Amino acid sequence: MKKLSLANLDAFFAKIADKQALYMPIENKAGQLQFQRWTEGAKLSVGCNTVRSAKDFFFPQTENLVDFKVKGKEIEIIDSRTEKEDFVIFGVRACDVRSFAILDKVFLSNPVDTYYKSRREHGTIISLACTHPEETCFCRTFGIDATQPEGDVASWITEDAVYFQPQSDKGQKLLEKCGALLEEADESPVLRQKQQTKTYLDKLPLATLSTKHFENKDQLEVFNSEKWAELSEACLGCGTCTFVCPTCQCYDIRDFDTGKGIKRFRCWDSCMYSDFTKMAGGQPRLTQLERFRQRFMHKLVYFPINNDGEFGCVGCGRCLKKCPISMNIVKVMKTLEGEEK
Amino acid sequence: MNTEALIPKIGVVTDIRIDTPDVKTFRIVGLDGKKVFEHIPGQCAMLSMPGVGEALFSITSSPTNKDFLEFSIKKCGCVTDWLHQMEVGQQITIRGPYGNGFPVETNLKGKDLLFIAGGIGLAPLRSVINYVRDNRKNYGSVQIIYGSRSKDDLVDYREIIDEWMNDEGIEVNLTIDREQEGWDGHVGFVPNYVKELNPDIRKTVLMCGPPIMIKFTLAGLKELGFQDTQVYTTMELRMKCGIGKCGRCNIGSKYVCKDGPVFRFDQLGELPNEY
Repeated sequence: MKKLSLANLDAFFAKIADKQALYMPIENKAGQLQFQRWTEGAKLSVGCNTVRSAKDFFFPQTENLVDFKVKGKEIEIIDSRTEKEDFVIFGVRACDVRSFAILDKVFLSNPVDTYYKSRREHGTIISLACTHPEETCFCRTFGIDATQPEGDVASWITEDAVYFQPQSDKGQKLLEKCGALLEEADESPVLRQKQQTKTYLDKLPLATLSTKHFENKDQLEVFNSEKWAELSEACLGCGTCTFVCPTCQCYDIRDFDTGKGIKRFRCWDSCMYSDFTKMAGGQPRLTQLERFRQRFMHKLVYFPINNDGEFGCVGCGRCLKKCPISMNIVKVMKTLEGEEK
Repeated sequence: MNTEALIPKIGVVTDIRIDTPDVKTFRIVGLDGKKVFEHIPGQCAMLSMPGVGEALFSITSSPTNKDFLEFSIKKCGCVTDWLHQMEVGQQITIRGPYGNGFPVETNLKGKDLLFIAGGIGLAPLRSVINYVRDNRKNYGSVQIIYGSRSKDDLVDYREIIDEWMNDEGIEVNLTIDREQEGWDGHVGFVPNYVKELNPDIRKTVLMCGPPIMIKFTLAGLKELGFQDTQVYTTMELRMKCGIGKCGRCNIGSKYVCKDGPVFRFDQLGELPNEY
């Protein structure tokens, strides 16, 4: 384990940012935390998690897939991608790091999404252990340890230092570059912090939330529950939950005529929207009940069926904070579980 | 598989056949004049006109055709409207093939086959029918029951009359919904016609058509004694990627673009009825 004195934190960031882009949670003008590019004088903020997840780094909200030039009956296809630059994300929490593994299962399975893959290869993740989990947190439900996050390098911030533990070759190399600022450290301050955080985690209101009801579940049994009607009744179909969710990855592909050519974009989309599945010939999910059910069935049943039991949720709690009608995956899990008793 | 799955290739339209008042069959080759890719009967491809949109269509030509791909397309939305006003020589984009296709080299081999189609539903089945005709010794008897609104709406009518009906060992039964001048064939809906024809229940069924036809035909087949495990169909839902990632063509845990579009009814029975 390596140690960096907090007094040297800016020097450490400057060293990393010298060769590549460095992003971290920084307070914006509205007082909200968001991942922003670090520049001299910017202040890392670690009070709570970012409003939006970190999925944008690998799966941006919009991206240009390919360009076309149309001339008479002829079409030219232009792959306008440029070589991506290396980047480092500092301060990714355990829940968000796990979301990358979930997105990997979608985008890196065959056929591989090369846009996503390229960003994954260029990105290095320095995760940050939580010390003050919030009452909306429930990462433990999905087997995530907030005090020991995954990522290329795991880090812990104490009163006077940052502790680093490399967890991949990429992470090892990054720390080697900053070797002059780091010193070998005894891990006892980290162990003490972990112990302290665990006492908080034990007391969280959602500490006992379990996925047991959904393990190895028959999809028709959950799908046919009568509870979906009351659960979805107030859903506005705004899609906020899908946009703040670190694992939601549905997308749309659309063309835009710039006047000088056609750009084909990929954009985030939401299964909560009424036109998501609309076809010229019909609409398989006509009501908000069906669309609402789809989102939760996907996370709690369909995704695990296709991915060795792994759930499509990391318990970050963003949907709990942001839903305008206060509906969320926790209420869905508890309500569906309740009907068994 | 193309490693750049979302970047299409250029396809050139070399022939356009007007099948019915709202169905045209487009013949497409690559820029080099050759077939763009090989496929399995029942697989699909994404066709697009940049700036208009991209949509998934089943490939109606048989893989035994070494020269080109064909798509029979009904005019019913933005992309299909545009495709219908194209002229020969137009370039479009194409990517694929997508989906599983019919199990022509496994489960269907050696079987007596019953094809049931309604309207444009013949398009994906035509690929299998011509594949079977070109590999005749690998399959048993072939019966085709095909119906449409009127005689003018029968897709591939010339091919059916000139080729399929003249083939040894292929029985073709056509029907149209209502009486029409110049039609002396059968009149009536497909589900009823299937029951009237009372096909041997040892046959394996490949069915495609509008949802209402599928629903009643399946019920009729069951009355006759057919099992879900004997009946295949091919599905269609909205798609953007074609590779199981954009998240909209799923029926329960299965993606139509990747795990389908061909499903057996016993497989569909295990999934939510959301299609």
